[in-house]
Amino acid sequence: MVSEVARLAAARRNQEWVWSLLAAVGAASGPFVLGVIMIVLLVFAWPSIVWNGDTFFTTYIWNLGNLYGGAPVIRSGYAAASGASYGMLSFLVGTLLSSALALVLAAPVGIGVAFCLSEFAGRGVSRVLSFFIELLAGVPSVIFGLWGFVVLVPWIQRTAGPALASLLGFIPIFRGPVPTGMGLLASGVVLGAMILPIIAAVSRDALRAVPAELREQGRALGLTEWEVARDLVWRIAAPGVTASCILALGRALGETMAVLMVSGNALNYLPSTIYSPISTIAATIVALLDSAMTDATGMAIHALAELAVVLFAVTVGVNLIAPAVVRRVGRQRGWVASWVTGGNP
Amino acid sequence: MNWRYLQGHLAIAGAWGCVGVALLPLVHMFAIVVTNGERALSWTVFTTVTSGIAGGLANAIAGTFMLVGLGAAIVVPLGVMGGIYASEVREGRTVGAARLAADVLAGVPSIVIGYFGFVTMVTWLGWGFSLLAGSMALAVIMLPYVFRATDLAVQQVSDDLREASLALGATRIATVRGVVLRAATPGIVTGWLLALGIAVGETAPLIYTAGWSNYMPALKLTHAPIGYLTYVVWTFINEPFASANALAYAAGLLLMLLVLTLNVTARWAIARRA
Repeated sequence: MVSEVARLAAARRNQEWVWSLLAAVGAASGPFVLGVIMIVLLVFAWPSIVWNGDTFFTTYIWNLGNLYGGAPVIRSGYAAASGASYGMLSFLVGTLLSSALALVLAAPVGIGVAFCLSEFAGRGVSRVLSFFIELLAGVPSVIFGLWGFVVLVPWIQRTAGPALASLLGFIPIFRGPVPTGMGLLASGVVLGAMILPIIAAVSRDALRAVPAELREQGRALGLTEWEVARDLVWRIAAPGVTASCILALGRALGETMAVLMVSGNALNYLPSTIYSPISTIAATIVALLDSAMTDATGMAIHALAELAVVLFAVTVGVNLIAPAVVRRVGRQRGWVASWVTGGNP
Repeated sequence: MNWRYLQGHLAIAGAWGCVGVALLPLVHMFAIVVTNGERALSWTVFTTVTSGIAGGLANAIAGTFMLVGLGAAIVVPLGVMGGIYASEVREGRTVGAARLAADVLAGVPSIVIGYFGFVTMVTWLGWGFSLLAGSMALAVIMLPYVFRATDLAVQQVSDDLREASLALGATRIATVRGVVLRAATPGIVTGWLLALGIAVGETAPLIYTAGWSNYMPALKLTHAPIGYLTYVVWTFINEPFASANALAYAAGLLLMLLVLTLNVTARWAIARRA
């Protein structure tokens, strides 16, 4: 009898140990995967980092060189095809400009929507609208790209572009002609539509986290609904709203497919107007990997890895600023919305 | 009516205007995909494979399910166990590191994960474009969502339940398995569904890991490229042929239905708990 109890207790302890170990392995998987990704990207990018030096960031000609002849150019022990040049400036400019445009377009609208959901709409309307906004945050990016490609690009080419050019043509960046509709404007609008639900949903949570008593006190003192929203709620929730914009910016910077479908995939070209074709870092990695595989020296692949490193650093940097602010504001309410919609690009 | 009230009405009207501006392109997007996709959908889309720029989507539908299914099978045990660890241990440096890593991983652009999968699995390990490489890439994408959902759901289980179970003589593990997990299940499942919704809609991590194939997926883990729906949307809308465009719309509609179903179910699961 006693030995039986002891045996059961021992079995229990063993089980305890195995489960604890499994749980620890699960918890370690995230840091492990992240570490491996960083190390692999850096190792693969290293030949490009050495071979290109700072010209990678300061020039904008991306050219694999002569893949079929000519002596490879060797620098510090790493070879690239003759005539090769890897400058990412145009991709960096395209990434930053398209994301900035998206934020300029989406932030005011998204914050307006958030105010409606949190302050002005009745409970039922707010619920239904919130549901739609959260669903929109989950629509795949190729669907946004498809809409951009079949609707937005032709519209910019035929209607919106010429109209903008004739209205605001006195400002250099709006001066026509509008070549194809694909470019900075289309990318910015599509990215803006993609990040709008994120800004709206996360800002709404920030606004709602403001205690109801404050609103009631404001109204009791004779403030209008709008004055309460502007002078009380907004002041307290501003950090959370800012954080929602930062999160959305992080998503826009790393977005690949939608941009790839409407940007025009410009190479070796810096945008001069809002209609210029562009390319972003993320879209370039997809667009150029096929041709990079034909480079016998392998430098083209390494250069793309360096692009991935830059993109990783930029997006992770941007994403790390936001959660610190969001966490403080959005903890109490709506955990689903705050982490789901701050989601993966 | 004085100026303050007029200003208030104008501001509120402006905010509603924002709702209109926000919904207009998004509703239009839905309308375009639904009307064109509905026209393009027929039984042959489900029963035949793509051939060049025409045919059906059977291969892509099967491929999407296999890639996402295998990815989920890889990630769910890891993510759930990790989430339980983080939420039961609660604080400390290891848990902080795990949570930070999940947040960072959720912010890594999916193309970076795709490129990583290409250089490690496809070329270095020599798997070629394959089901396993694509699924692993999707698993990396899903990991932070499954982990964080489990973490948050388990954290929300009341400590009274844990203490009651421990007081009855249950071990820590038995408490987690029998009591805590049962209470946290809706939240955990919500996390899975949302992660699946994200994985189904991904393209960038699959282009250079799963590749593309016109044939029904072979039951091979490696060395066999595999098709998926998002690829059809991306490439076929660009073709100058009506049959290709129709397939792209059909694939877009199917994707949207899949993703919406997953998201609505996820919200239903979480709402039922509350």
